[in-house]
Amino acid sequence: MIGPATTAILSHWRRHPGQCLTLFLGLALATALWSGVQAINAEARAAYRQAASVLGQDQLARLDSPWGGPIPLADYINLRRAGYLVSPVIEGTLGTFRLLGIDPLTAPPEAQPTLLAEGALDVADFTSGAGLILLSADTLPETLPDGLPPVRTVKGLMPRTGITDIAIAARLLGQSDPSYLLVLPRQPAGLPDLAGNTPGLRLTEGGGFSTPGQLTDSFHLSLTAFGLLAFAVGLFIVHAATGLAFEQRRASFRTLRALGLPLRTLIAVLLAELLAFALIAGGVGLILGYAMAAVLMPGVAGTLRGLYGAEVSGEVLFRTEWGLAGLGIAVLGTVAAAGHGVLRVARLPLLAPAQPRAWAIASGQTMRWQSGAALVLFATAFALALFGTGLAGGFACLAALLIGAALALPPVLAAVLGAIRWPRAGPMAEWLWADTRQQLPGLSLALMALLLALAANIGVSTMVGSFRGTFLEWLDQRLASELYVTVRNKAEARALRDALSPRVDAILPVVSVAAVFYDMPADLYGIADHATYRDHWPLLSSEPDVWDRVARGTGILVNEQLARRTGLTLGDAIPLATDWDLPLVGVYPDYGNPAGQAIIGLDLFAERFPDIPHLALAIRTDPGSVPALIRDLQEAFALPPRFVVDQSQVKHISLQVFEQTFRITGALNALTLGVAAFALLTSLLTLSRMRLAQLAPVWAIGQTRRRLAVIEMVRSGVLTLLTFVLAIPVGLALARVLLTVVNVEAFGWRLPMRIFPADWLRLGLCALLAAALAEAWPAWCLARTAPAQLLKVFTSER
Amino acid sequence: MNAKVACLALLLSAGIAFAQGFAGLGTDAEGFLTPMPGPEFRFPRDHGAHLGYRIEWWYLTATLTDADGRDYGVQWTLFRSALEPRTIRGWRPGQIWMGHAGLTTDQAHFAAERFARGGLGQAGVTTDPFVAWIDDWAMTSRAEGGADALSLINVVARGLDFAYDLWLEAQGPPIFHGDGGFSVKSADGQASHYYSQPFYTVAGTLALPDGNIPVTGTAWLDREWSSRPLSPDQRGWDWFSLQFADGARMMGFGLRSDVRATFTAATWIAPDGTTTAYPDGALKLTPLGTRRVAGRQIPIRWRVELPARGVDVETAPLNPHSWMATTVPYWEGPIRFTGSHEGRGYLEMTGYE
Repeated sequence: MIGPATTAILSHWRRHPGQCLTLFLGLALATALWSGVQAINAEARAAYRQAASVLGQDQLARLDSPWGGPIPLADYINLRRAGYLVSPVIEGTLGTFRLLGIDPLTAPPEAQPTLLAEGALDVADFTSGAGLILLSADTLPETLPDGLPPVRTVKGLMPRTGITDIAIAARLLGQSDPSYLLVLPRQPAGLPDLAGNTPGLRLTEGGGFSTPGQLTDSFHLSLTAFGLLAFAVGLFIVHAATGLAFEQRRASFRTLRALGLPLRTLIAVLLAELLAFALIAGGVGLILGYAMAAVLMPGVAGTLRGLYGAEVSGEVLFRTEWGLAGLGIAVLGTVAAAGHGVLRVARLPLLAPAQPRAWAIASGQTMRWQSGAALVLFATAFALALFGTGLAGGFACLAALLIGAALALPPVLAAVLGAIRWPRAGPMAEWLWADTRQQLPGLSLALMALLLALAANIGVSTMVGSFRGTFLEWLDQRLASELYVTVRNKAEARALRDALSPRVDAILPVVSVAAVFYDMPADLYGIADHATYRDHWPLLSSEPDVWDRVARGTGILVNEQLARRTGLTLGDAIPLATDWDLPLVGVYPDYGNPAGQAIIGLDLFAERFPDIPHLALAIRTDPGSVPALIRDLQEAFALPPRFVVDQSQVKHISLQVFEQTFRITGALNALTLGVAAFALLTSLLTLSRMRLAQLAPVWAIGQTRRRLAVIEMVRSGVLTLLTFVLAIPVGLALARVLLTVVNVEAFGWRLPMRIFPADWLRLGLCALLAAALAEAWPAWCLARTAPAQLLKVFTSER
Repeated sequence: MNAKVACLALLLSAGIAFAQGFAGLGTDAEGFLTPMPGPEFRFPRDHGAHLGYRIEWWYLTATLTDADGRDYGVQWTLFRSALEPRTIRGWRPGQIWMGHAGLTTDQAHFAAERFARGGLGQAGVTTDPFVAWIDDWAMTSRAEGGADALSLINVVARGLDFAYDLWLEAQGPPIFHGDGGFSVKSADGQASHYYSQPFYTVAGTLALPDGNIPVTGTAWLDREWSSRPLSPDQRGWDWFSLQFADGARMMGFGLRSDVRATFTAATWIAPDGTTTAYPDGALKLTPLGTRRVAGRQIPIRWRVELPARGVDVETAPLNPHSWMATTVPYWEGPIRFTGSHEGRGYLEMTGYE
């Protein structure tokens, strides 16, 4: 019995290949979007693990200077002479290239590059002679700075990071004091505990130092949210397709049952059919997801680098962790979406007539239930926006807002359609209006999907647009100097000053040192007292005499992210060293910077860090003279091009980083909208098959099929337009939550919201186009429906 | 000799250690001085480092006994290996220093190893006052009033699970091996400058996992420097120091070659410090039995014959597993010998694969 039953049930798909394809594509798309996002997350997480484990720092404790900056060489030697096994690291950046100098003579095996630890590379080659620099294979040679020793590529390193001998790092970075000390896990017998014997240094246990993983959680959470949204939208398609298939097979089910097929067997066959669909379509979805991730990954890598300073390679590997999860969620999603249909088959009365009826007619009761739930969710979202804390609170608020809006859509649409009365409308228009209301329940799921996609689109693009606008203004203020020059050593700096002084208005040194504020890595800058800063430097809040106090060395500025993360307010004393603190006199915006930052006066900086050379200089001059200056500087000092950068170049680079950063959101937006359009198509298709009974009488009273098809097109256009209009306030609310809650939690900065109505217009047209495309096929089918088919409505021969 | 392990230092990695003579000791000496016959020693200068030569060591071995009569052995060594014939301040490794510490009981053998760059202060040797150190390991002169810096020294070292603190007092003068301190290492003429202080008495404390143990005994310090002490075909050596009941001492070594007979040399040291050097062939070394140690066959029992002095003894180790599992590994431990004479000594065996 099972064999013939299976054949009978499956024959449906042979007769309806389009429906089969719809179900298949819906599942595959949903799985693809979800697993693509998961693939990106998995790749990034793997990169963070790798970053955390560089030099064995996921296992090894380390000693840092508590106020940041290097550890005096004498302190290192004293620790060794006291018997403690610590190993120095000199770390720094050359442009965007990160250099780690290790001492293979004292480093524990955990901190040695694999080649050295396994003996495949001779320590003598690494340490003496011209030396060697170890790089990952995906570091492009053209991105490397000049003057590096011979390069060897190795596995297991992060991109744009090189490991070399400490002597070479000391020479290239111009720093002889260790940046930090790695502490070997086992210390010699009989020594006092290291923790109590490192005056002036701070001991952090292995893995305790903040890794990009913690900072980027927010980014991945939002990607996951996007993936979930896309998956949910995809499930609407699955729901529509299976709903139709079950409805159309009711007659077959009844016949099979009447022939003696046990209900249990019938359900088992149907479940097996669904499982096969889920696995095959899920498998195809995984492949699509992998392809999507591979296309988007370079953009994500750019985002992570730009926003968080986390190095992630642009490649994606197939990992079982997201592969299995993707298949699992495909199966679960199918069961969830088709469960309703299976349940109805289970309850099907054996001898009930095979009466086709409109699928899922929502009663007034359902509408009331939806309205109530939507109100509760809106209240929750509002409460969360007011009182919620943390990133999770922000996302919960977003979720409540979006689900509430989706649930509210059908009642609101019904109310709007019911409220509008055309004063002199003819009977045809009356019928159209009434029929639209009648169709609403069948279309409501697809319209909800469309609303979610449109609202997400409006919300995210408003957020990105606001960010972009603020960022550009801020760049204009912040990059006041006409030229930025970096030199290689103190002698060059002196010569440069001598050469430039007569030709320019001002030479402003920009010095910085890596620091740690409140257990977070940060940079401490020293700036000169000059009108460039007084007149242009943007401040969010400040004391009245802020610049005087910074110049006098009696105040400190911090960037917004540091102030927010630590809850600092003006007047708070910020500890910089055990015997040194300064009151906070101003907070400045610092968009796009992942790290905390603070600024003190140049004189104070020089007094505290006399050894830090002034190698970066900002130059104020007449903008017209910049090209000549650049040429002269490059000639006189043989400076590489990237050492001399003019203002417009810096802006261009910053903007590039910014655009790169939000490419992924744009791509996900477009994909979600595409899936929503597809959901609309499947729902319309489903409805068109069921609506012959409504259309036949209209046809019979003289309306042509062509006219009816046009009316159908107009109707879906009207519904889409209404949905779009309702999506605008939802999208703006979404943007507001993103800007005031999620961004602040995730990035540490709060941006003013800007509104871009032109973008909405474009999006509205897109949505209408999508709806037109989705309706085109059903309308075309309707226009070509054989009159005999319509006549059958009246003869009960369907 | 104590070409000892010389080793190594050069070769911080075993990978090429045997490519050309043991631990690179057979490589060219370009840019470095070559030991010449007839050296003139001046102290305290020659207790310090000789930067013109490529390799050098301060090598101490001690045979010790606790209150219950149990035997122990202690090794303390500082090796210097030059990449350039000068000290460079800063991180660039002009000199690389390596420390080895060993402690042998009849049940266990402890070993530790340290490395450092010269030019930072993490390791080095000063002559006034005399201190040879790497990290917290140190050999420090405690001599006063114009006495030789090495006549009274304190030696400390510490590993993960052991430590020792020894005071050593010389009971006789330093002695010079070979021809007045010019010690030939092969028939091709490779040689080193080589002197010893073989007359130390020792008192001190060993810190073991079970607790501190006061010990007393004797010790032997070797000082040797060269730039190319081995012939390219020489694969390793076996070095003995023996103490006889009448106060006499003997040093003997055999350098094993792939293609030639073992090159041997010996120094007989009378109780008053008078030395007699014996050329190649006078000393006969015969392995009597091997044992599997650290995955290789090691001849732990030897017959040592110096007919010119009527010496014909068999040696047995305190602990056959006196294996120094260091970057360049070797066997080094205290021995007892019986036969024509009875006594204690130290044995070092390198180049066994």
